[in-house]
Amino acid sequence: MTTLALAAWDSATMTRRSLRHVLRYPVTLVTGVLIPVLLLLLFIGVFGEALKQGLGAAAPSAYIDYLVPGILVMTAGYGSSTTAMAVNRDSTEGIIGRFRTMAISPTSVLNGHVVSALARTLVSTALVIGVAIGLGFRPTADVVQWLAVAGVIVLLALALSWLAVAVGLAAKAVEGTTGFILVVQLLPFISSAIVPAAQMSGSVRWFAANEPFTPVIDTLRGLLTGTPDGDGAVAAVAWCVGLTLAGYVWARALSRRDLNR
Amino acid sequence: MTSAITATGLRKSFGGKVVLDGIDLDVAAGTTFSLLGPNGAGKTTTVQIMSTLVHADGGEVRVAGHDVARDPAAARAAIGVTGQFSAVDNLLTGEENLLLIADLHHLGRTEGRRRAAGLLDKFDLADAARKTAATYSGGMRRRLDLAMTLVGDPQVIFLDEPTTGLDPRSRRMMWQTIRELVAGGVTIFLTTQQLDEADELADRIAVIDHGKVVAAGSPEELKRSIPGASVRLRFAGPAGLDAAARALGDAVRHDDTLTLEVPSDGGAIAVRTLLNRLGDMAAEVDEVSVHTPDLDDVFFALTGRLTAETAEMENVR
Repeated sequence: MTTLALAAWDSATMTRRSLRHVLRYPVTLVTGVLIPVLLLLLFIGVFGEALKQGLGAAAPSAYIDYLVPGILVMTAGYGSSTTAMAVNRDSTEGIIGRFRTMAISPTSVLNGHVVSALARTLVSTALVIGVAIGLGFRPTADVVQWLAVAGVIVLLALALSWLAVAVGLAAKAVEGTTGFILVVQLLPFISSAIVPAAQMSGSVRWFAANEPFTPVIDTLRGLLTGTPDGDGAVAAVAWCVGLTLAGYVWARALSRRDLNR
Repeated sequence: MTSAITATGLRKSFGGKVVLDGIDLDVAAGTTFSLLGPNGAGKTTTVQIMSTLVHADGGEVRVAGHDVARDPAAARAAIGVTGQFSAVDNLLTGEENLLLIADLHHLGRTEGRRRAAGLLDKFDLADAARKTAATYSGGMRRRLDLAMTLVGDPQVIFLDEPTTGLDPRSRRMMWQTIRELVAGGVTIFLTTQQLDEADELADRIAVIDHGKVVAAGSPEELKRSIPGASVRLRFAGPAGLDAAARALGDAVRHDDTLTLEVPSDGGAIAVRTLLNRLGDMAAEVDEVSVHTPDLDDVFFALTGRLTAETAEMENVR
């Protein structure tokens, strides 16, 4: 086998391992769906009418149509916190020492975590969309737009997963990943997820308009419900690719460090 | 005889603290080599460098003919490692753990299943094969760990304190496995804190302390440098101690504790003879204990001081 074929084989083995972890303890997948669904219910049921009034001209016929893209991004965020913790558990337990003394492709463990995280995120976002449709979400997307939605979610999940892998490797204990988890769970709130950035004040508005989640959410919203997304798509892809590269390079560097140092 | 492992001038420091200070070792293929030393002597660091986990600051290590710094992949293909901390996937079952390793060795489905089943039987884990490793006892986990190391049929196996914390039965089982592996041509590099374990298993022993090899040789050669057994006698009063010390000329006398240390083979006959002799002269012995040499004695004999741990305990007293 060539080096590339070996790397693919080992990564596939490690992906099966990570997926088996998910299937053995589906509770992580369940909470990864449950929390976004609870947020969905909270924002629709409690704040829905008030927020819709505030949207003014941007308001769609139902607030849920505005909200769902943001909730999907939050779902991907929750998924990546699971990834950070799983990678950290791996690298702080003895098993990483075994993998590193075997003649396998060095990044295969990390690839396995990322591929299984992508699968996990696709499943949980699909479940959240299903629940949202049950609650009255009415997407207007055609087949091509649905495929584009899946593509954007994969790109976002890829970026968040590689960052999560790097954070999981960098943290000396699982507590060290909480900073990252807080950031990915909080950032969508200060974006166009719940209300448009234009409705915010001062520096928060600037931040919300320029943070990476906003163009991703705007792009998803444009694809799902036909609202104009401005230049969102280009910015969304650029952010996702940039963060993926940053996370990958960081994770690669960390995985080459000596063990326990 | 060809060498399975050679280390030349191996050096390593962590944050300014010297852990390995020029280690030279040579392990012949198909033998058991034991690195003996107290906690913090540098045993684990040596294993980590030899098994490609940690980079050395200086020196060269060759394992199965491959330089671990220049060609770690080739060295990895030849080795198996069982460390102090169990390297098993706690979320997978015993069987899944073995199949995972088989897949990573690219063994193919049928061969992987065959080896996994064989190892589960051999290590007495067949009944627990479908349970997750998280539910295993310490001994079972250690057995699974070693089984995972053996999946790929390594030529050189590193065992870092493999019996620490094991019950006597599991310890015997581990020793038996090591002997079988060596009989099959495998080279074993074993670290231990226990003199009896090195004595039992090793063809050659190197004693390390503070990152330096302080002695090396066969177990017999090393034991010759160690003081023999002795009998310790504690007396009720100074009069008895005086009388006994005069009678037993070659004994070492400790006035503060009223004890006398008499060189002896420590056997029952020798002890009885000794006590009878003292009884004849009415030197009243309060307490008798037989002292056989242990790692502390090896260290004392080789370095002129106690191991770090024992020294600490002495200070506390």
